[in-house]
Amino acid sequence: MYRIAEKESLAPGIKRIRVEAPLIARKTRPGNFIILRIDETDERIPLTVSDFDRDKGLISLIFQEVGYTTRKLGQLEVGDYIRDLVGPLGKHLDIEPYKKVICLGGGSGTALLYPKVKAFWQKGAEVFTITGARTGELVILEDELRGFSNELYITTDDGTYGYHGQVTDILDKLLQEHSDIDLILAIGPVPMMKAVVNITPPEIKTIVSLNALMVDGTGMCGGCRVTVNGETRFTCVDGPAFDGHQVDFDELINRLSFYKDTEDHLCKLDQLAREVEG
Amino acid sequence: MSLQKQKNPMSVQEPRERIKNFKEVALGYTPEEAINEAWRCLQCPTAPCVTGCPVEVPIPDFIKAVREENFEQAIDIIKTKNNLPAICGRVCPQEEQCEKVCIMGKKNEPVAIGRLERFVGDYALQKTSDKNSTYNRTTAKKEAKVAIIGSGPAGLTAAADLAKEGYQVTIFEALHATGGVLRYGIPEFRLPKGIVDQEVTEIKKLGVDIRLNVIIGKTITIEELFTAGYQAIFIGTGAGLPKFLNIPGENLNGIYSANEFLTRVNLMKAYKFPEYKTPVKIGKRVAVVGGGNVAMDSARTALRLGAEEVSIIYRRSKNELPARQEEIEHAEEEGIIFRTLNNPVAFHGEKGRVTKVECIRMELGEKDGSGRPVPVSVEDSNWFLPVDSVIIAIGQTPNPLLTSTTGNLKTEAWGGITVDENLATSIPGVFAGGDIITGAATVIKAMGAGKKAARSIIEYLEKAK
Repeated sequence: MYRIAEKESLAPGIKRIRVEAPLIARKTRPGNFIILRIDETDERIPLTVSDFDRDKGLISLIFQEVGYTTRKLGQLEVGDYIRDLVGPLGKHLDIEPYKKVICLGGGSGTALLYPKVKAFWQKGAEVFTITGARTGELVILEDELRGFSNELYITTDDGTYGYHGQVTDILDKLLQEHSDIDLILAIGPVPMMKAVVNITPPEIKTIVSLNALMVDGTGMCGGCRVTVNGETRFTCVDGPAFDGHQVDFDELINRLSFYKDTEDHLCKLDQLAREVEG
Repeated sequence: MSLQKQKNPMSVQEPRERIKNFKEVALGYTPEEAINEAWRCLQCPTAPCVTGCPVEVPIPDFIKAVREENFEQAIDIIKTKNNLPAICGRVCPQEEQCEKVCIMGKKNEPVAIGRLERFVGDYALQKTSDKNSTYNRTTAKKEAKVAIIGSGPAGLTAAADLAKEGYQVTIFEALHATGGVLRYGIPEFRLPKGIVDQEVTEIKKLGVDIRLNVIIGKTITIEELFTAGYQAIFIGTGAGLPKFLNIPGENLNGIYSANEFLTRVNLMKAYKFPEYKTPVKIGKRVAVVGGGNVAMDSARTALRLGAEEVSIIYRRSKNELPARQEEIEHAEEEGIIFRTLNNPVAFHGEKGRVTKVECIRMELGEKDGSGRPVPVSVEDSNWFLPVDSVIIAIGQTPNPLLTSTTGNLKTEAWGGITVDENLATSIPGVFAGGDIITGAATVIKAMGAGKKAARSIIEYLEKAK
């Protein structure tokens, strides 16, 4: 059992919890994820560890309440327990001493981007950060990102805050202004990462972090398979970070859609149960 | 009194009924049936059955006790060698082991050793749950701590044997539940999970500590286990990595590895969706690729989830199917279609979901090194099988999660851990057994390895004193 030690709301529908998991906190490095199961009857879901405190034995998880399990997780309060939590999983991201990097975050992906922005900055890189959200009130971690970025750009789809448009508009502009970018890192919805890769010249290393469906997270089920450079790879053990220029994004988008209807069904049942309970 | 030539039959759920539920197919002997069957045993002094058993259960002795209606003694006899009788009685391939060499079997049907073992195992579980009794530890407690990695059949067996000798044993399990393949792989209708739970509880009563959700190699390393005071380690992590065919279209939606499909259904209980929240989608027409027990389990599971037409696609002929005869028979009774001498060459789909398996017909050629005829494809014989989903059950390889993070642990080219004849690995104090050293095999072979490793570990610890 894993106790929730802290909880806060970052934006409507986006929450951060800190969970007591000392063994995992001790081993986690940027880019690792965990798998959790809230109760006996629940699904196992992967969540990237956004931050960790080895001394206090805490790991931070930031999530958007988009499905049955993330909504249920969002309803847990400080002092509540998560039944199962296992990790750290996946390959961590090696933060090499780059000179000039562009970091892009979309939606709650920005939460996962933040520790990397911080790490690049601390290793002496010049960091350009672009964070995009649907609307102004969903923009998260603005101050934190600003503290570790040479330039911070905020975009919203509806123009209610920052630049009215897509993160790729800014990326395009930066790529024209700077010919010496040595790394691009994009974390967010798959269509966003695909769009980033589409306008990135192949000679610039472009890392993306994939959010495939998975059950065990240890290489056992193969449900998270993605095609990278023409070969099948498992997101859980070979990833979650891959060279964006080699990822078959359309296949990934298709695979992510497979359980959409059962998920909707669960959410509807949940809604109904709530209404009945009043 | 003349000897009964045939085994006493065991009652089963009728095929038409059982394909609608996940309850156990084979129902087990009544005490009368068990005693009758026990009288068929010749009690021959050579007891070839014992040598046929990978863990050397004193078979004639326990059968004699059954014959005398002394079921408690029977369980004590079995438990001297086998800690998981209710499981072995169900899933062991007895027809290739103890029953294969049974003297009765020379002219008649062999004694139904598996059914008797199951009867005794179930009797014991029933008894202990009634009385909440516990086995008395006879050996003095020892100081040495042993870590067991993986709670599958190899790990559980090694843990039990070491605990019985008084050692301090901790099992580390990566998943949220114990049992390994007994939990996520073998379906409820063949091995009820309640039985696994009870057998694991029995092992806990021996003093074994079980820690779930810990991945050795990730959460804790082998080196850290030694630092934490464990003096010996047993690796029983199995063969958990699914093999794929690597043919076009394999990543279409609706194509599962057998591991994923069975894990969703067995471990995550997707068959109880939406009470349990993990979904599984299979549609009406399902193809299972492969001919082993995992393929049979997958096909029969698909049927129980509501599939109307389930086919097994296997590249050799029916004679070469590697699955147990009993499983093949059960699958046939339930209406599984065997499309043998066929091999998938591609999957085709519409809107991202698989709709067709492109197969090529095969014929049998010369025998290969394994003694099986090599399947050869027949030119221009491609045909299309319409499907809603496909389950790939062509085998598993060892999971590299532990080996890749344990620098000085020697492995074989195929990924298995290298061991000597005592199951010792290249790291002193670290032993390995089960599928991780043999490749995917059987529950009982893994248990045999667990027993052997326990003996080697005891010897190692005694020497180290």
